[in-house]
Amino acid sequence: MERKDFKFISEWIQKDSTVLDLGCGDSTLLDFLRTNKNVSGYGFEKDIDKVQQSINKNISVIQADFNSGLGQYFDQNFFDYAVMTQALQENKNPDKIILEMLRIAKEGIVTFPNMGYWKNRLQLGLFGKMPISNSLPNNWFDTPNIHLCTFKDFEGLCEDLNITILDKKVLNSNYNSDNLLNFLPNFFGEIALYRFKKS
Amino acid sequence: MNSKLKQNSVGIVKPETIEINETLRLDCGKLLDSFELIYETYGSLNSEKSNAILICHALSGDHHAAGYHHKDDKKPGWWDSCIGPGKPFDTNKFFVVSLNNLGGCRGSSGPNSTDKKTGKEFGPDFPIVTVNDWVNSQKLLGDYLGINCWACVVGGSLGGMQALQWAISYPEKIKNSIIVAAAAKLSAQNIAFNEVARQAIITDPDFHDGRYNDHGVIPKRGLSIARMLGHITYLSDDSMRQKFGRDLREGKLHFGYDVDFQVESYLRYQAQAFVERFDANTYLLMTKALDYFDPAADFNGDLSLAFEKTDSRFLVVSFTSDWRFSSSKSHEIVKSLVRARKNVSYAEIEANQGHDAFLMPIPDYLKVLSNFMENVG
Repeated sequence: MERKDFKFISEWIQKDSTVLDLGCGDSTLLDFLRTNKNVSGYGFEKDIDKVQQSINKNISVIQADFNSGLGQYFDQNFFDYAVMTQALQENKNPDKIILEMLRIAKEGIVTFPNMGYWKNRLQLGLFGKMPISNSLPNNWFDTPNIHLCTFKDFEGLCEDLNITILDKKVLNSNYNSDNLLNFLPNFFGEIALYRFKKS
Repeated sequence: MNSKLKQNSVGIVKPETIEINETLRLDCGKLLDSFELIYETYGSLNSEKSNAILICHALSGDHHAAGYHHKDDKKPGWWDSCIGPGKPFDTNKFFVVSLNNLGGCRGSSGPNSTDKKTGKEFGPDFPIVTVNDWVNSQKLLGDYLGINCWACVVGGSLGGMQALQWAISYPEKIKNSIIVAAAAKLSAQNIAFNEVARQAIITDPDFHDGRYNDHGVIPKRGLSIARMLGHITYLSDDSMRQKFGRDLREGKLHFGYDVDFQVESYLRYQAQAFVERFDANTYLLMTKALDYFDPAADFNGDLSLAFEKTDSRFLVVSFTSDWRFSSSKSHEIVKSLVRARKNVSYAEIEANQGHDAFLMPIPDYLKVLSNFMENVG
């Protein structure tokens, strides 16, 4: 498995649980969770090529845009976990998506890039340009990231939405963690993982 | 036979007919004491008899799904793009069975066959059969072939309904189900189209209450109109625009009611070809089987309850431009399977061919089928 954040996510997930992966890509995470945690679940994915790869892995994948509403598919607390990796910032309404995740699942897990990372701050604050970094590689005009936030912003939103953060992990763009990151996460951290539930 | 196709074709095939002498109790309440089914097989059944795929045909399909009957046939079977060596339903690996359904007009017992009790042709007296009846008859065919459990049951449109019904009727006898461009039940609009088709046939003066063969005629006009109407609903606005636009057949308007536009010529040609190969009573019966299909009805209208007993994997496929059985109908099936926590994947294939797309060799579509089949068996 290439993505180390998947390993951290896996540590948060109970054995034999049910998982929904929103924007599951080629279903590497669901495949990993199935093998290591005996997890069953579904992936949502818009892109046909990634749907093909998921079907090839024998993962249950539904080709659909989850922004068009999950309510039609899933009742309340249908899953143990709803996961979204590196896609929150691409959504039209991240706040609504988070609430929807917590309607259909008991817990939510998201990962996203930190706009407050010091290199991003430097590029915008000192050089006056939209930041480009390892975790934010696109230009301002072609980025899919329409709702970027900092870790502080996300935690503020959780407070407003009455959401309790259960776990948090801060990583650099190589998905590693170190003491520096934990010392000033919103400054040194590039990617964060959060596990949360309704308060 | 086109020599280019030869290498990944099942080649020359020969249909077989079996007589099943087992009483089949039909949904309409009538009993069929014995009946014949015509079928073709491609590939070979393994010793465990665990590699069999059942192909279910749509409204006007038949048992000839792949290969050629004669070496000079111009066209192969109706799903040759999907069945053969190296194709999604790979005959190097699987034993593929394709039959003509009961009530059909291509060799299985139906309105054109002789009623043993009276010695006369059934005609309109052949009982109306349902998707459920078909599945029951297919199960008996499986018994005859020694297939206790199908590795996969697959079909498009009305065929997809059979694949769906299989998982409900015989949950222990099916490991995988592929449901393409289908619906869990028809909408009022769908039924309305079928009713117009039926009225066209029934009101044709040559219909003679379905006893047209006794009068030495066939209700050509009615069956043509039914087919033309059907054909329009199988295409998309886009595909018709691309294929015909407003092109004129002879480059000028005639200010009369004969053919002006290419699309009119095409529809007449299709209707003519159809009338020559299809039976009006069978057409009526098939449209009724479509209208009546509603497996959720036995489960308080909750389709997810219908899936409770099955451990089958499911693949559901729809096409973006299909408005006869639109993607929303496939969503309904997918949602019910998800609610029942079944293993289901769903792909919505970009295609502009309308409902007919399920018969076309669209690369993404064939690839989805292949990827799913890789985990079968």
